[in-house]
Amino acid sequence: MRCIRFWGTRGSLPVALTTYDVRAKLAAALRATAGRTFDSDASLDAYLDTLPFEVAGTFGGHTACVELETGDADYVICDLGSGLRPFGQAAIARHGPASPRTYHLFVSHLHWDHIMGLPFFVPAYVPGNRLVFYGAHTELEAALRRQMDPPSFPVPFSTFGATIEFVHLEPGRTHAVAGMQVTVKHQHHTGDSYGYRFEKDGRAVVYSTDSEHKLTNPAESAEFAAFFRDADVVIFDAMYSLAEATSVKADWGHSSNIVGVELCQLAQVKHLCLFHHEPALADAALAAVLAETRRYEQITRSGPPMQVSSAWDGLELRL
Amino acid sequence: MQIASRRYDTIVVATPVGRIDQAAAAPFERALSPHLADDNVEALVLDFGGVEYISSIGLRVLMVASKALRKRKARIAVAAMRPVVAEIFKISRFDAVVEVFPSLRGALGVLSPVARDAYDAG
Repeated sequence: MRCIRFWGTRGSLPVALTTYDVRAKLAAALRATAGRTFDSDASLDAYLDTLPFEVAGTFGGHTACVELETGDADYVICDLGSGLRPFGQAAIARHGPASPRTYHLFVSHLHWDHIMGLPFFVPAYVPGNRLVFYGAHTELEAALRRQMDPPSFPVPFSTFGATIEFVHLEPGRTHAVAGMQVTVKHQHHTGDSYGYRFEKDGRAVVYSTDSEHKLTNPAESAEFAAFFRDADVVIFDAMYSLAEATSVKADWGHSSNIVGVELCQLAQVKHLCLFHHEPALADAALAAVLAETRRYEQITRSGPPMQVSSAWDGLELRL
Repeated sequence: MQIASRRYDTIVVATPVGRIDQAAAAPFERALSPHLADDNVEALVLDFGGVEYISSIGLRVLMVASKALRKRKARIAVAAMRPVVAEIFKISRFDAVVEVFPSLRGALGVLSPVARDAYDAG
């Protein structure tokens, strides 16, 4: 396991920066120059690197899609959100359209934001490629086909030129898949969702999105702590504040940054990565959530520090 | 966890001390419970001056209390939080769930001057 690459990090539906958002970032960046001039691209780049992420960058707007670079030639992907489209384009750009590849695609659940990228996944249309879909939902294949049926989409699933396979993964068990040990965990979410723990070469990455933690059952918390135990990275659904997740948005199937810190500290996780961002939150708000989450980790720390980051479209985490 | 409570006119002041974490959440909930359905209690004020830390499970107890009290139009407030506890309320957005006051006396003054006078009288 070498790297985690995020192609889509937003929850529920894709969002995009507006002209007004871009203008506000430009204004903030220009204001911060305080009259400085730049005599080269390098000096300009160096200046841009000094700006806060929410000014110089963006968390992005694609829905869930995460690539695990395992060290093998095959691709490993978690979820088929709208981020799957730019991933497919990048995969083809990396090795060219004439070089067949195998894509291992793990699906957390079948809600639209987690499968909407598949119709736009160019490698699926290329003969010679092999797509293997993994999931614990018995309706996985039906759901992927249905979203491409008329009148929802003009191109049916049967148009795909790649070889297509479906592999059912029993929850609560560890499976040998794509050169990895993959443990599947049932999670609380409407219609059920499943988390995946990927282990290879002494590294462990947990992908746990669309998962509500009710906090009322210590045994359940202990189960999740065991699932997360000693992981190098846990990608965690932190869509809502704790107040929202326990009030107006209770039973909506999502969790908070606070619970992410507590569970990951309990499990002695090395790195918590906040994921499935609320689409209503702008970059500045998401940056504030990250800063606050780091502070909460500091407040509650009783052992070694845990790294806390917030995923953004394009982020690469080296393992 | 020992939680003292006193009544000032129509207001109950509960005073938890220490850490409100997984181990303390159940006693915390039990201590608040009798006041939630008592129609004679118009507000519950938590004097947090002695609280060192509150975890998500403790905050959940506050959410349950808040819902129960608001259902019958009673109020809930937290007073005299230590800075680190105030940070946790802000990070979790619970500062928007309950009314927050810098001091117990100040909370009582806003919620009920009669209760504040009773508090002043000891």
